[in-house]
Amino acid sequence: MNPLLPFEWILATRFMREGLMQTLLIVSGVALGVSVIVFISALIGGLQKDLFRRTLDYQAQIVIRPPKEVARSLFEVDASIIPATLLQPRAQRLRSVDQWQTVRTALLKMPEVEVVAPVVAGAGFVLRGNANKAVSITGMEPESYLRLIALDKQMKLGTANVGTNDILIGKELGLDLGVGLGDKLILQGQSKASVTLTVVGIFDFGNKDFNERQTYIALRTAQSLLNLPGGATSVELNISMPFDAEDIASSVRTQTGLDVESWIKLNSQFFTALQGQSMSNNIIRFFVGLTAALGIASVLVVSVVQKSKEIGILRATGTTRAQILRMFLLQGAVMGLLGSLVGSVAGWALLGAWRKVAVNEDGTPFFTIEFDPWLFLWAAIGATMVGTIAAVFPARTAARMDPAIAIRG
Amino acid sequence: MLSVAESGAAAQADSAVDKDASETLRLVGIRKSYGVGTKAETEVLHGIDLTIKRGEFTALIGPSGSGKSTLLNMIGLLDRPTAGQLFITGVEAAGQSDAALTKLRANAVGFVFQFHNLLPAFTAQENVMLPLLAAHGRPNAQMQQRAAELIAAVGLADWATHLANDLSGGQQQRVAIARALVMQPALVLADEPTGNLDTQSADNIFDLLRRVNKDSGTSFLIVTHHPRLALRCDRIIEMTDGVIASDRGNVVS
Repeated sequence: MNPLLPFEWILATRFMREGLMQTLLIVSGVALGVSVIVFISALIGGLQKDLFRRTLDYQAQIVIRPPKEVARSLFEVDASIIPATLLQPRAQRLRSVDQWQTVRTALLKMPEVEVVAPVVAGAGFVLRGNANKAVSITGMEPESYLRLIALDKQMKLGTANVGTNDILIGKELGLDLGVGLGDKLILQGQSKASVTLTVVGIFDFGNKDFNERQTYIALRTAQSLLNLPGGATSVELNISMPFDAEDIASSVRTQTGLDVESWIKLNSQFFTALQGQSMSNNIIRFFVGLTAALGIASVLVVSVVQKSKEIGILRATGTTRAQILRMFLLQGAVMGLLGSLVGSVAGWALLGAWRKVAVNEDGTPFFTIEFDPWLFLWAAIGATMVGTIAAVFPARTAARMDPAIAIRG
Repeated sequence: MLSVAESGAAAQADSAVDKDASETLRLVGIRKSYGVGTKAETEVLHGIDLTIKRGEFTALIGPSGSGKSTLLNMIGLLDRPTAGQLFITGVEAAGQSDAALTKLRANAVGFVFQFHNLLPAFTAQENVMLPLLAAHGRPNAQMQQRAAELIAAVGLADWATHLANDLSGGQQQRVAIARALVMQPALVLADEPTGNLDTQSADNIFDLLRRVNKDSGTSFLIVTHHPRLALRCDRIIEMTDGVIASDRGNVVS
């Protein structure tokens, strides 16, 4: 006997070793459940992170725009009088965020804010020879904007670092116009002002429409082209905790009175999908956990009946109810823990196999698998707790057993 | 040969139990009913008065259903009487919590049953150690030594490390006796300890019990069906239908 082990541990391990077949069966049952949880969690976690990255890489988390212009009645009207005026909503012209530099300074002081980028966005045309294409123009400062949006990851050719006389165009627009790196084209704004720019980069977002319509130029160029000297049509920012975007957006809204939108609001469908996925993941976890708990409980219930004479002898020779109780709780905990350890290893192996099988034709994985070491820790803690809870009923039955009857029986 | 008293430090758990009390056991008007409060209420013990003095070697005989085992369970604190008073080494058992009774039982009473005496997952010596373990929580060298001494004293030194199930019936009973003595109880209760043994083994076991009694002054209360063995005790108590029918000293011994 190991002198370091308390009495209850000695009993629990001996009893489990004695019923080795039962112990092995239930440990493999728990292991199977844990490996399923590990596998599915890693899969769904990876999927979500992937989706999340794909969404957030190409979108600012919070966008600040000037408030919408509203039409107001010329007359101050008493609330009791309904004016016979037809109010038509105003058409929104391109406007700058009022004192955006001040807004930016204020935002940068907030600890959650990671990067703030002023943007001038508008519509225009690119001209080359006889070709004339309507495009969206996004004017930005590369030093801030490239930290906001992973534009540089999508560059097929050239660089995303635009200077005053440079332009980035999409793959399809380049094909349509017959331009490549280093070629020049004319960009015309709404006010017929135009500027000649050099193509320094060609991007591919994997979306034909977007590639055909989107162009990026320097902020200063866009300001003059769109007749907004010194202005910014929006201020965009990223924060350290993307899921707090809505809270931060509303606090910025109340502070500045500007029109502030978070990516969470703009992607409500995406969030519904993510939540649905998380919920289904949790449902699977719950039922797998429940199955494991019932398995452990049923094995222990049988064990209590099988061991009733031994329990009687132990009670007769001075073992207390509390010791018997702890001994069975321990068995549940140990079965849960062992199962989770074996299951974690099995889940790991399963993930490795999945990575090899689920690949695209070019050998890259379908989606990245999230390999979170904490998952294993939580699986171990969770399974131990589930095992202990599952053992409560059998342990109480054993502890309350009448020793006189148990020995005679 | 058998000196139970030595190296007993490991067994010193509860000073409240006076093992040298002149009265090991006193029962006053013990009654036991089953199914109390229901229509099927039946009284199986009808007021038992009994005193066992220190060092007495007593046989309890009687037909099946006379209440011997029930009485033994009361005395062993495995079951509570419906009425009456029970003193073990002078300690009143009534009104004590289950934990307190367990402690009292561990320190004052040793058990030897007819069947299922040992835990099959443990070796002979470990089985002897179990009461010490339960009382102290963790194994230590003293316990090992004490268990080894007792195993040797019952003549099983060579079998100490065998699993309980690998021993013969007689050997298992010897281990059970060693276990019953490990806490140095004032009283050993034996419920047909030789019931499933052949005559030779039964005699050997009985000799062992008798020797322990002589050497250590431990009181014994032995339920037996063998008149031959009962006649080797100092005192014979006969039960019928839940009462003590006769209680006499044994002139032969």
